[in-house]
Amino acid sequence: MFGILRTLWLTFLHMGHRRVTVGYPEHKPPLPPRYRGRIILSRDPDGMERCVACNLCAVACPVDCISLQKAEQDGRWYPDYFRINFSRCIFCGMCEEACPTYAIQLIPDFEMSEYLRPNLVYEKEDLLISGTGKYPDYSFFRVAGVKIPGKDKGEAEREAPPVDIHTLLP
Amino acid sequence: MATILIDGRACPARTDENLLQACLEAGADLPYFCWHPDLGSVGACRQCAIKQFSGPDDKTGRIVMACMTQVTDGAILSIDEPQAREFRAGVVEWLMTNHPHDCPVCPEGGECHLQDMTVMTGHDSRRYRFTKRTHRNQDLGPFINHEMNRCIGCYRCVRFYRDYAGGEDLAAFAAHNDLYFGRHEDGALESAFSGNLVEVCPTGVFTDKPFSAVYSRKWDMRGAPSVCAHCAVGCNTIVNARQGTVRRVINRYHEAVNRYFLCDRGRYGHGFTSAPTRLRAPILRQDGIPVPISMATALERFAAMAKDGPIVGIGSTRASLESNFALRCLTGPDRFSTGLTQLEHDLTMQVPALLRATPARNPSLHDMESADAVLVLGEDVCVTAPRLSLALRQTLRRAAFPAADAAKVPHWMDAAVRMLGADAPSPLMVLTPAATDLDPIAATIHRAAPDNLARLGFAIAHRVDNSAPDAPDLSETEIQLADALATALRTAHRPLIVAGLQYANAALIHAAANIATALHATGADAALSLVVPDCNSMGMALTGGIPLDAVRAMARAGHIGTLVVVENDLTRRLDAATLDELLAAVPHLVVIDHIATRLAERADLLLPAASFAESGGTLVNTEGRAQRFLPALTPTMPIQESWRWTQQLTQAATHADAPEWTNLDQIVATIAQEIPALSRIIDAAPDAEYRLDGRRIRSEPARISGRTAVRADISVHDRPLPQSPDTPLSPSMEGAYSPDMPGALMPFYHAPGWNSVQSLNRFQQEIGGPMRGGDAGTRLLDDGIPPETPEWHHDIPTPFTTAPDDLLLLPEPRLFGTEELSALSPPIAARVTPATLRLSTLPAGLQDGGMVSLTLAGEHLTLPVRHDPALPPGIALCPPHLAARAFTTPVRVQLHGDDTP
Repeated sequence: MFGILRTLWLTFLHMGHRRVTVGYPEHKPPLPPRYRGRIILSRDPDGMERCVACNLCAVACPVDCISLQKAEQDGRWYPDYFRINFSRCIFCGMCEEACPTYAIQLIPDFEMSEYLRPNLVYEKEDLLISGTGKYPDYSFFRVAGVKIPGKDKGEAEREAPPVDIHTLLP
Repeated sequence: MATILIDGRACPARTDENLLQACLEAGADLPYFCWHPDLGSVGACRQCAIKQFSGPDDKTGRIVMACMTQVTDGAILSIDEPQAREFRAGVVEWLMTNHPHDCPVCPEGGECHLQDMTVMTGHDSRRYRFTKRTHRNQDLGPFINHEMNRCIGCYRCVRFYRDYAGGEDLAAFAAHNDLYFGRHEDGALESAFSGNLVEVCPTGVFTDKPFSAVYSRKWDMRGAPSVCAHCAVGCNTIVNARQGTVRRVINRYHEAVNRYFLCDRGRYGHGFTSAPTRLRAPILRQDGIPVPISMATALERFAAMAKDGPIVGIGSTRASLESNFALRCLTGPDRFSTGLTQLEHDLTMQVPALLRATPARNPSLHDMESADAVLVLGEDVCVTAPRLSLALRQTLRRAAFPAADAAKVPHWMDAAVRMLGADAPSPLMVLTPAATDLDPIAATIHRAAPDNLARLGFAIAHRVDNSAPDAPDLSETEIQLADALATALRTAHRPLIVAGLQYANAALIHAAANIATALHATGADAALSLVVPDCNSMGMALTGGIPLDAVRAMARAGHIGTLVVVENDLTRRLDAATLDELLAAVPHLVVIDHIATRLAERADLLLPAASFAESGGTLVNTEGRAQRFLPALTPTMPIQESWRWTQQLTQAATHADAPEWTNLDQIVATIAQEIPALSRIIDAAPDAEYRLDGRRIRSEPARISGRTAVRADISVHDRPLPQSPDTPLSPSMEGAYSPDMPGALMPFYHAPGWNSVQSLNRFQQEIGGPMRGGDAGTRLLDDGIPPETPEWHHDIPTPFTTAPDDLLLLPEPRLFGTEELSALSPPIAARVTPATLRLSTLPAGLQDGGMVSLTLAGEHLTLPVRHDPALPPGIALCPPHLAARAFTTPVRVQLHGDDTP
């Protein structure tokens, strides 16, 4: 008897509490920028693809839902295809952590429901956005010591000009 | 055996090795860069520093370089001692100061020795804040990518390329911090072993260019043990595949055969597996129009063909034992051809008998390296068996080892031993018609026609043992040379004679056998190695069959209803007129092959076979070692193994006794039962029932990625992995993997903390020794019982005579381009140079580079001429197949003078 009354009382008390539930989809909750939702591929400040097809996201993925193939043009690596099977993705963010170029990012968007599982397979065209995402300034190829069009050897950050190997001077 | 204490743990060690080897053999993680098991120690990188204590009371100890310090019994060492750790951390930090920030875009990433060693040393954050030294890269040709910024200056590349492989166009340039390893200018690396730089380089300076175009990380690729199919040496390889295509071929260590190195033809020759000329469906030719048909229709058509008369089969020296044997079952032994013309057939058939009957040893490649005098008689091994020539190069160092022992210098002390041996290398004697790549290091070079070389060989044998027949009518210089060579060979303890079938000259191999027999009779530990042309020539010799000429005779007599040709492009064996005559006399031609050869274009029924990467099988190498290759990929129907096609043809032709093999092991067992010479091929590798700790060995690394996405564009549903009944390897990353795996089943090399190929150390019983799980393959020719008294060959040819306008044209095989399958691989094709005719004396009015026309193997050719004064008179050289397709054996030709200026 006491238990029933206590339960009624506690339920009654909740009437005065602030509501936590949001009336989605009419009301959309504010999500922090670090919320782990849909995965995108970003571009560097110069507008080039950030992904260098290093495969680290794929190997970090605990459910093995990322697959890609490296291609190369003028020293720049890029993915020939980049596929995420979102019907398997658990949004753990390990791919983002593994990415050495800030290319793969999880964004605060989770509205991806589909009736058919094949529609949850995202290709590079579906993943690649036109902006830099969360990291506006970083460009891997400005730091890396590989030669790409517009950046010769020795022109990356903290690099000396190429040495003349024919000299013996110190 | 000595015992050393490593961090308080007593470990067995050998006194002829250094502390680094001892530590690695004891399973300790000790970082190193410049030491390599086959290149020895130079102490260049200072990474393998450890503490050595002079006794139990010594608490201070001293830092020594493990790779430069010999094992002594009772040595007390510490790898974990703080000062040694700090020293190593400091060294790796220095090495990394100029390393570029590019691991994500480096093809070495994930299998990089530098990554492993950096992690092992604990260097995880960069303190160096100044600018990095940079270098410009070079274009090193179609095989190798160059990225000098990644270099850590360990000198391994030049030590392998120059000291070990004898290359001259890679060197160290500049000085101090600016050290540069490259060529004097851009250009393809000339050495036949340049591809090994990829594995020798501990970081990503030299990377595999064709692999980079279809790149995949090491952890993403399935591996399967395979055997190289591009020459008769039978180097062990690992085929890496992903998403249904072969990505690359890397070395698989075999203690007695290829050890740590492959030649470029083997490493880059796999491109034919995904060539546009691959056959993917059965094709029926109706009124000259090729029509793709189903498997069932193909078999029905064959059944109809089989009613039109007897079936004759032509096998191939590039097909596996199983494919040839299945064909032999279809046709019967009397109607199974080796696919060789009479001359090649006779020679190939007598090689195993010759090796068995000769009392001298039939050496493995590693065995050859310890020869202290080598005679190469009429075979350019640098192109016919490249890896064998690399073994012969190592024999020159043989003389240095006694000198090193006398000077108390251990053999692994590479620079010192090379210095000691530089003055008096072991003699290498090269007797060939044309210059070879071994010439610069040979003590004696002699150029003569094959017949004259054979005569010289007989003369040498006579001078070693008087009872051997002598060659009559030798010239004064030949007598002197024979005396000198016989003396050099007689003084050796382990002389080695190498000959082969390149010039299709029986007298040459008989002379070689005579020399080896004579040397053996003197009490020396003599060895005889005979090089056969193709990857399974020896297997074919042991299987037996009739020559192509007999098939032609049967066709002429109308005794062939259907001709079944398995993996043999007869246009490379028979000239056009002969082939036309043969095919005209045959009502039906069935061709089973994996590439669209010129013969396949003429087949009435063409069946798509699996390549070496998609099938299992057995090849017998030139020393008679049967070795198994296993499928790295599952062939997509209707592609299937040649032996499965042939078996189905047998069933379709309603043979009462059609074999019913369901897997590779069953056909291997049948071969072993039916052909006594091949009875031991069962032991070449464990069968498909092999289990390690109750599980199959996994063919994929544990961390293979993208399994649920890689096929998601086709279907999101999981499908069961295709299981092959032919392989003991599991198709996925589930399964056993341990250092005790048999060498014949090694899918990839990986050990905790060791992601690069250097992890191989963990799989060997001792460094440079056999695999812990046993070496691959089984030798078949060791059962010969040589006669009590030496039996001499007496077929001494008459001296070679020249006529003014009559030349003996010899085949001049090339490293790249004359071998059928590798020539279809794009990187190899990029290195093929056009055919030329090499002449010792130019006809009057003809300049070097001028054009000359001749009729060769039924073709009228116009070829550029190259003047080669070193050639003996009356001899001309032309690459086989490149100019005239069917040119393989020496032939007399007449030049028609120059057509164009």
